[in-house]
Amino acid sequence: MRAFLYFSDFIVPFIMFYIVIYGFFNKSDVYENFLDGVKEGFKIVVNIAPTMVALLVSIGIFRASGALDFVSGLLEPVGKLLHIPAAVLPVFLVRIFSSSAATSFVLDIFKEFGPDSSIGMMVSIMMSCTETVIYTITIYYMSVKITRTRWTLPGAMVATVAGTIASVVITRMIM
Amino acid sequence: MLNILWVIMMAAGILFASFQGNMAAVTEAFIDSSTEAINLCIFMLGVIGVWNGMMEIAVKSGLMKRIAHVMYPFIHWLFPDIPPGHKANEYIAANMAANMLGLGWAATPAGLKAMQELKVLDKKTANKAPGRKKMIGSVPDSDAGGHASDMMCAFLVLNISSLQLIPINMIAYRSQYGSVEPASIVLPSIVSTAISTLAGIIFIKVIEVLRNRRRRRL
Repeated sequence: MRAFLYFSDFIVPFIMFYIVIYGFFNKSDVYENFLDGVKEGFKIVVNIAPTMVALLVSIGIFRASGALDFVSGLLEPVGKLLHIPAAVLPVFLVRIFSSSAATSFVLDIFKEFGPDSSIGMMVSIMMSCTETVIYTITIYYMSVKITRTRWTLPGAMVATVAGTIASVVITRMIM
Repeated sequence: MLNILWVIMMAAGILFASFQGNMAAVTEAFIDSSTEAINLCIFMLGVIGVWNGMMEIAVKSGLMKRIAHVMYPFIHWLFPDIPPGHKANEYIAANMAANMLGLGWAATPAGLKAMQELKVLDKKTANKAPGRKKMIGSVPDSDAGGHASDMMCAFLVLNISSLQLIPINMIAYRSQYGSVEPASIVLPSIVSTAISTLAGIIFIKVIEVLRNRRRRRL
């Protein structure tokens, strides 16, 4: 496992090295192309900035008002039915909207129960196999000005719920 | 959908706070989260800038074409409507590869570019076949007021089901909070991420089968 982590330190530097060297030996103007790309990257970020503000503000308000806790309270019977601990539900809900908010919930769980506890394992695995559904859909579709998302949300939720159930079941199996 | 969702979250949050008597928290939340959004954007300017620069090098040197070529059978199986050699293949390949390696910040610019290419592609097919809308029945095309095409939906479902091999952030947090074995989540994570991606792919394929059936009937 240690070797695995050691290897993961190599990923980013190696990819950058490979791209730059590959470009150099294919006689393309590596530096010029890089600058063009950075410039375009800036434009991408400026383009999605308003969406980020809108999204994070609505999540912030929803969370601070206590509405989020209320909704996870409503879901608690469903969670009990599926043997999901009460502390995990808000993580699942927030995870759909914002990665940073979900992370802060996870860190709270780490503080309270420890990362190696059953709940700690469960949320760690859950965070690793799910994505911020609404955030991703919003950022991607807003960048090409699409408002009718059709079957994207149902499909994404099927994948996310499958991953969540998998992480609960797998934690139960190994703990 | 986004419009309704946003209104619900804003209105429900504020109404709820007024019943609970913590309106001050709402004001604070709006200031905090708008600041957080801009801070995140400033961070993204740097990181996404660099990754997009790397990607531009890879595009111009032909490296992206090679990656897309290797992954083409898989991409073609998932997105049968994208013609071979189209640029969308390259960006989707780069997005998938970056996601698998856990490089979320590298995946974003590639994914957004893929989206743009898919939109161009959708417009082209819509123009070439003016009767398409009728043919496919209730499936609308993009110029009918910002509708997502089937390829876009499939791409995002796949992207969100995110096949990630090494959950590097979570491992870092776990060790920071005193885990005895922070990396013990790697194997269970790979299993559950495979399950979620499989669920996403099955969903995409079911939609495809239903669509083809409807097409045949018409």
